[in-house]
Amino acid sequence: MFKLEPRNEQSLFFVYFSPFISVIMSIFAGAVMFMVLGENPVEAMKIIFINPLKSLFGLSELMVKATPLIIIAIGLSLGFKAGVWNIGAEGQYTIGALCSGSLALALYPISGFWVLPLVLIAGIIGGSIWAAIPALLKTKFNTHEILVSLMLTYVAILLLSVMVHGPLRDPDGFNFPESRLFHYSALLPILIEGTRAHIGTIFALIIVFGAYVIMGKHVIGYQIRVSGESSKALSFSGYSKKTIIWICFLTSGALAGIAGAIDITGPVGQLVPSIPVGYGFTGIIVAFLGRLNPVGILFSGILLALTYIGGEAAQIKMSLPSAITGVFQGMLLFFLLATDVLVNYKIKLKRFFK
Amino acid sequence: MSFNLKLNNISKAYASLMANNSISIELSEGKIHALLGENGAGKSTLVKIIYGILKADSGIMEINGIEFSPRNPSSARSNGIGMVFQHFSLFPNLSVLENIMLGIDYGITKSELNKRIKKVSAEYGLYVDSDRLLGTLSVGEKQRVEIIRCLLQDPKLIIMDEPTSVLSPQEIKSLFLILRQLASEGRSILYISHKLEEIKLLCSEATILKDGIVVSRCDPRKETVETLAKMMIGKSLVKTRKNTTRSDKKIINISNLSYVNSDSHGCSLKNISFEIRENEIFGIAGIAGNGQKELVDLLSGEISLRKSNKIIYLGKDLHNVDINERRKLGIAVIPEERMGHSAIPNFTLSENSILTGLWSDRFIKNGFIDEEECVSFAKEIIEKFDVKTLGEFKKASSLSGGNLQKFVVGRELLQKPNLLIADQPTWGVDAGSAEMIHRLLIEHSYTSSGILVVSQDIDELIKITSRIAVLSNGQLSESYNTEDVTSEILGMEMGGARNS
Amino acid sequence: MDLFEAVFHGIIIASTPLVFAAIGELVVEKSGVLNLGVEGMMIIGAVCSFVVTIETGSYVYGVIAAIISGSIAASLFGFVTQYFLSNQVASGLSLTIFGLGMAALIGQSYTGLSLTEFPELNILTLNNIPILNNILFSYDYLVYVSIFLVFAVYYFLNKSKFGLILKAVGDNHDAAYSLGYSVKRIRFFAILFGGACAGLGGCYLSLVQTPFWVENMTSGRGWIALVIVVFSVWRPLWILVGAYIFGGITIIQLHIQGIGINIESQYLSMLPYIVTIFVLVFISTNKRRLTNNSPACLNKIFNADL
Repeated sequence: MFKLEPRNEQSLFFVYFSPFISVIMSIFAGAVMFMVLGENPVEAMKIIFINPLKSLFGLSELMVKATPLIIIAIGLSLGFKAGVWNIGAEGQYTIGALCSGSLALALYPISGFWVLPLVLIAGIIGGSIWAAIPALLKTKFNTHEILVSLMLTYVAILLLSVMVHGPLRDPDGFNFPESRLFHYSALLPILIEGTRAHIGTIFALIIVFGAYVIMGKHVIGYQIRVSGESSKALSFSGYSKKTIIWICFLTSGALAGIAGAIDITGPVGQLVPSIPVGYGFTGIIVAFLGRLNPVGILFSGILLALTYIGGEAAQIKMSLPSAITGVFQGMLLFFLLATDVLVNYKIKLKRFFK
Repeated sequence: MSFNLKLNNISKAYASLMANNSISIELSEGKIHALLGENGAGKSTLVKIIYGILKADSGIMEINGIEFSPRNPSSARSNGIGMVFQHFSLFPNLSVLENIMLGIDYGITKSELNKRIKKVSAEYGLYVDSDRLLGTLSVGEKQRVEIIRCLLQDPKLIIMDEPTSVLSPQEIKSLFLILRQLASEGRSILYISHKLEEIKLLCSEATILKDGIVVSRCDPRKETVETLAKMMIGKSLVKTRKNTTRSDKKIINISNLSYVNSDSHGCSLKNISFEIRENEIFGIAGIAGNGQKELVDLLSGEISLRKSNKIIYLGKDLHNVDINERRKLGIAVIPEERMGHSAIPNFTLSENSILTGLWSDRFIKNGFIDEEECVSFAKEIIEKFDVKTLGEFKKASSLSGGNLQKFVVGRELLQKPNLLIADQPTWGVDAGSAEMIHRLLIEHSYTSSGILVVSQDIDELIKITSRIAVLSNGQLSESYNTEDVTSEILGMEMGGARNS
Repeated sequence: MDLFEAVFHGIIIASTPLVFAAIGELVVEKSGVLNLGVEGMMIIGAVCSFVVTIETGSYVYGVIAAIISGSIAASLFGFVTQYFLSNQVASGLSLTIFGLGMAALIGQSYTGLSLTEFPELNILTLNNIPILNNILFSYDYLVYVSIFLVFAVYYFLNKSKFGLILKAVGDNHDAAYSLGYSVKRIRFFAILFGGACAGLGGCYLSLVQTPFWVENMTSGRGWIALVIVVFSVWRPLWILVGAYIFGGITIIQLHIQGIGINIESQYLSMLPYIVTIFVLVFISTNKRRLTNNSPACLNKIFNADL
């Protein structure tokens, strides 16, 4: 077997390149998988990873999908840096969508420039409240935040379903479980005419920049990093872990909430029970693949958005299940975690003969 | 039973560092052999090789002339080698009996093992209740468990790694009696320590390591502490002179401080009162785990004070004053643990330099960190306090214990505190750095400030303090003038309160 | 069968997957490893056993397939966390995401097929007391296996030397290492055992409970199994209590829906998750009991090689 020897210094090469290595390894493993399924691996890879990038439509869809992923992952990355595990972004996203959707429907058919900001803020509030529950239980009773935030995801999805089946159902919708379409003042302006690309993408870029500044230069970013390294050092520096837990949960909840609000006021345009499609979970992968670094998250968000679009293409063109997206995402994260060891350790093969 | 272990040219390297460089030692029956050296001299690596935890890169070991290369600790044990670890290899959530069972290689029922434990306990005076949960034992009792576990394998060679570092003087005495008894039965003992007095008292042979090389062999009974120190460190140390100035101005006054610990493994404090005056270094002696951590945390503000607790610092009540407000008032703290408490191993020195400065507008401007200021502060610490590093952008984990401690001490001293609280300031630090830290503390005491030093090392306290009290089982003894105190008196205090 | 018997029967059937998954995870956590991939391993076990049973027509092969596939899934986690020193939380999550995707891929052409009834075990027949007979002896053999497994784990952890070593590794891995125990290997085997158990739990869903295959059919049971481990405070026999309580909530909730009480079904479906949260809060209020029983090294990375 092999042996791991600690490096004196982190390997900068592997800090930047292990994500690329893991992408390449996933593509190879994916090719093997397609061969097993009896598909032409080169053709399949082309459909999934290349074709979406060739058309304006593909690129605009990439923006639409990358936007929520990046926003969610930025929020989660703060917590993961601090050692605060919010796994329930999917639920916070759902509640964010539900709150902003409810407000949009309540205001219908009022129009005005102030409608959209209010609707988005409702999403932020909804997401934060949902994230505040695990934060409260963690700080008050030291309850396991991973399990609580996760359980709340299931509750959130059921809550959305009950609302859309009941009070928020479109009165003229022939009993279909969906709301009416939002008024145009509650919709995000389109960025590129003829596509679904909307200005939410610009919000995402602003959030990336903001996170970059906060994490790199602001004292809160410093605190978050200290918290992730050692709780004792954190209290020695004069801040309490509880404050950090609140900051991380509220921020990641607010960002997941606005991601939900952006999605329903952007590409979806109404409330349907199938709004949560796993962005909250994929956001976890995006955050790790981007090394919990805002700029890294920008790129990994685009990559993971590609697996969604590619998965859909594979479903349509090769009649494979869209779950193929999850397989790729899981592999990516596995390979990344495995190659990450090279950042801090050298692999030394053990001698077989002495 | 005859026993002889020979080490021939044992070498072991970690990355670029030669931890052991061609070391040869011979251990024979009935002898207590000292392995002497500073932190990082290669003692631990060597004993791990003998005990089968690590493999040597080159070199041969022989037992009674037959080559011996243990694949793992259990094969070392079956060859008659036992070990008592410095950081005990015990399991806090298991019972004493289960802990002992885990170190026994032969199959045995619990009741049978219990009988043998009783027998060994009686033979050597090592009393311990085998049904108790290990986590509830005192440090001395834990060591007894380790020794019993070791003896139940009937070892021919017993390796003792720094066994006295956590014991009170009385406990050390009874340990020495046991060790002599074991040696008289014909067992060899490899005794690892950096405490020279002990080695003179106990050992008849010594091998001295420095930077992974055997620098000297001697009969410690024929050497003086000074000559041993010179062999170990490579140079003689400059004696520091104490601060003898006296002042009546009180820096801090603590009266009837009590604290109930909610952690079942922690210690509660009972009615602690003392004061520290200007120009004074006040020492608190005692074995770790008797409330030291809790006391330091209460003084630093890491644990907040109850209403009933009175701590008056320069006329101001510290109730409801948090750690950073205390820093603003001029209280600086050096906690015991370096890695992950007073410094963050994965942060650069420059990042570490502001860990205790987040309250100060020197480093934080409108919530944003002034990076240039951090870098120049880190540089200042490195230069002024002779921190050996490749630069302020190196990680704290790349520094040796001594250099990192100099960095931490320097960081706090540059804040010019009126009250400095240092918990085990030279723990795990090489002699040169320890000497420098002592000198810095004494120099600082001249600047009209008070210093509290909490330490397990009685010699250290006698060397630098003007008054000493003992913290035992959460209670503080009366304070003694350091000139009048002997290690016997302190030892009595450590044992006394514990039995009450 | 009357209503009581039906409810009782339903509870046992609903709880058995949780018993399997939770008892496996308990062993893993006792060794000091937190594997959040239970959901992923369960669904892999569910799909593999279903496919194999359909293809071979043999339930025995199906169950074996669940054990093997669950362990293989667990071995991925074992390799990255033990030998590549990866973060256990992230690795467990990726196992769950990967498992859900992989299972959907494997099972896509098997959706909609269904199986005949799983063979019941009729060891004893008390014809003269039909109620007892229905309550105690009318299940498939996996139910008895799951109960046996819990007692076996209890015996293993509390009475055997190997169990003692496993607990020691979870309590203080450095000490265990310096006494000569191979921490990584022991943990790796514990992880494999956890995978096999989760696989069994999954196969119970697809072979017995439903019995058919749909995507995401575990619907959070893997996570509830994790909660049950915390609920049990790492004591094996309490796994049974915890699992039957959670199974009970699911069944009672279904029966309330069945009786036709006028309440949206989604609210009732939320019940198990909300109860879970309350249970977690209740457990975490007793700090002392938690710290004394939880493995001290849980979720800590160990690197040293023997």
